[in-house]
Amino acid sequence: MMKHIALATVVLTGLLMIYVTESFPTWGDPNSPASLHVSNHYIENSLPETDVPNIVTAVLGDYRGFDTMFETTVVFCAGMACFFLLGAYKREEPAIRYYRHTATGVVLQFRNGAKGPRQGGAFERIDPTWTPYDFIVSRVCKLMIPFIQIYGLYVIAHGHHSPGGGFQGGVILAAGFLLLALSHNLRTLTERISHRVLGIMSAIGVVIYAGYGALALLYGGNFLDYSALAGLLGVDPIYARSLGIMIVEIGVGTTVMSTMVIIYNNVASVGRYDEGL
Amino acid sequence: MIWQIDQAILVLVMVCAVAALQIRDLLGAGIVFGAFSFMMCLLWTSMGAVDVAFTEAAVGAGVSTVLFIAAVFRTSRGSKD
Repeated sequence: MMKHIALATVVLTGLLMIYVTESFPTWGDPNSPASLHVSNHYIENSLPETDVPNIVTAVLGDYRGFDTMFETTVVFCAGMACFFLLGAYKREEPAIRYYRHTATGVVLQFRNGAKGPRQGGAFERIDPTWTPYDFIVSRVCKLMIPFIQIYGLYVIAHGHHSPGGGFQGGVILAAGFLLLALSHNLRTLTERISHRVLGIMSAIGVVIYAGYGALALLYGGNFLDYSALAGLLGVDPIYARSLGIMIVEIGVGTTVMSTMVIIYNNVASVGRYDEGL
Repeated sequence: MIWQIDQAILVLVMVCAVAALQIRDLLGAGIVFGAFSFMMCLLWTSMGAVDVAFTEAAVGAGVSTVLFIAAVFRTSRGSKD
């Protein structure tokens, strides 16, 4: 019964929405409300005012920078919420620890906190559910990851000249790390970049953004008015706005990258950070 | 905009959306959601919203599919209803 009511509601709402689209302005209509006021200003003045060819980045990073700052804060809060909901506060050391000799594949057991071989030598720490790495998958990932990371950095650095920016570049950077966790395991990932570092980086991104905005206050401008920092950077005010957009994009990218990895780590391992998928 | 391509992508978007709801295997549903996001990405591109398309490709089709898979592996693979 409930199913039928729900279906009827969905169909009715869908039909209503299709009916309402009739009264929308047509595609690309120059007299539609969206293209009458503020859009024209952005399209005509964003290049001379900010020296940024990509209007979208100019709007996100400069004209509506306050909005983007809190979006970054929301991303940061999402990562923290995931950590507090799923993260295990006390890391329990298992009674038996396993170490595998990488050359021969012999697995050693250490009981009751006995000290194992040192990390990074001929032995590697593994979990009881460990499965051997697939040769092709791990090699292909090894080849791909550096290029993915460089592409992510490229997208962040060229956010104002090409599509993309801090959010997309940060996600691509994080995808490189997730690929490492998927092809090996989570322990390999946390050896490269620990959870503490990720948490700190996630906060640093927000601090870069808000701090650079606040720096403009010190130099006599408004909050997030990057042109006030022209004297500090030694460039003209218009180019200072372009540089300011790039700096806050770096902050956004840092936060998004580390938050994505934090969320993945917590979801994939229920806060224990021992094994991957 | 080539309307034939737009029409084909729109049909595929709807097929993916309905399939994602109908599939009992949650892992399969996650993959279908990835395909859905990719079709949406193509739609944004054909509308000229390249920034949005880029975000859709990176976040929608890329990372959220991985997060779906991670969540499915930590719960149960079959759907109860």
